[in-house]
Amino acid sequence: MRLDILNRGHGPGTKVLFALIRVFSGHPVPDAARLVFYRPGFYGARAKEFTHEAMRGPSAWSVADRELMAAFVSKVNESAFCVGAHSATAGQAYQDGVKVRAVLTDLESAPVEEGLRATLRMLGKLTREGKVGAEDVRDVLSAGVSPRQVQDALAVCAAFNTTDRLADAFGFQLLSPEGYEAGAKYLLKRGYR
Amino acid sequence: MPDEDPKRAAYRALVDRVLNGAGRAPAELRAGAFGNAGLPPPLDVLIGKVATRPAQVTDGDFAAAKAAGFSEDQIFELVVSAAVGQSARLYDSGLAALAEATAGGEAG
Repeated sequence: MRLDILNRGHGPGTKVLFALIRVFSGHPVPDAARLVFYRPGFYGARAKEFTHEAMRGPSAWSVADRELMAAFVSKVNESAFCVGAHSATAGQAYQDGVKVRAVLTDLESAPVEEGLRATLRMLGKLTREGKVGAEDVRDVLSAGVSPRQVQDALAVCAAFNTTDRLADAFGFQLLSPEGYEAGAKYLLKRGYR
Repeated sequence: MPDEDPKRAAYRALVDRVLNGAGRAPAELRAGAFGNAGLPPPLDVLIGKVATRPAQVTDGDFAAAKAAGFSEDQIFELVVSAAVGQSARLYDSGLAALAEATAGGEAG
């Protein structure tokens, strides 16, 4: 990463934890974890709480749908680390990696239900253009999505517009396909807290 | 609009911490990074990219901020503030659009 403090500035307890993770998982600690464990009182603690609430808290969207939204927003932001991580997580959650790849390749022709497609379209516009209007939301609502689901999707969008920016700015190291799959398994088992 | 939203509340806690909590960078600079406005060069370049085109951030952008006298901890805080700030604007825009789309009707 571009800041040495994020690579090597953690406290002794955290360094021991990272060493244990390396030994037991067989993978290096991903930079996403190094970031949230650095001075967690400033960013990591509240970021984890919010991301967990958005991704695993109560919602009419499934975990798989929310992971797909995370991957899709990351694709719009061209955030390679997060695309890899959340494509793998969505693929495992749906048990259908082909569907995830189809959405990221061409949303309009992908085999997803219309409410989810309309929601992803709106999140894409919001992420790309920085704003959406009432008409964009009405399109989503008329596809059968509830106002609460729109709210929940916006929380996922906020979480990943933050994480994508930090991944690219700090320069998260990309993982191997096996590394992303191991991370996905962890995220589905433990969440973001 | 749906009432109390724990997701939104958790986000507000993050925004409040970054803007108003203790930090190594002055609160005024963190606010500038959050709003992507009013920052001196070369910080304006780094923070502008984090906010609007993060995939284009380079090692040189960080080197320039360090050469201008900012510590790694200060740069860490300012980059986080910029990322959270841009996301807050997106979140606000989406929620405002939802409120307008559902105004006058039963929602939630």
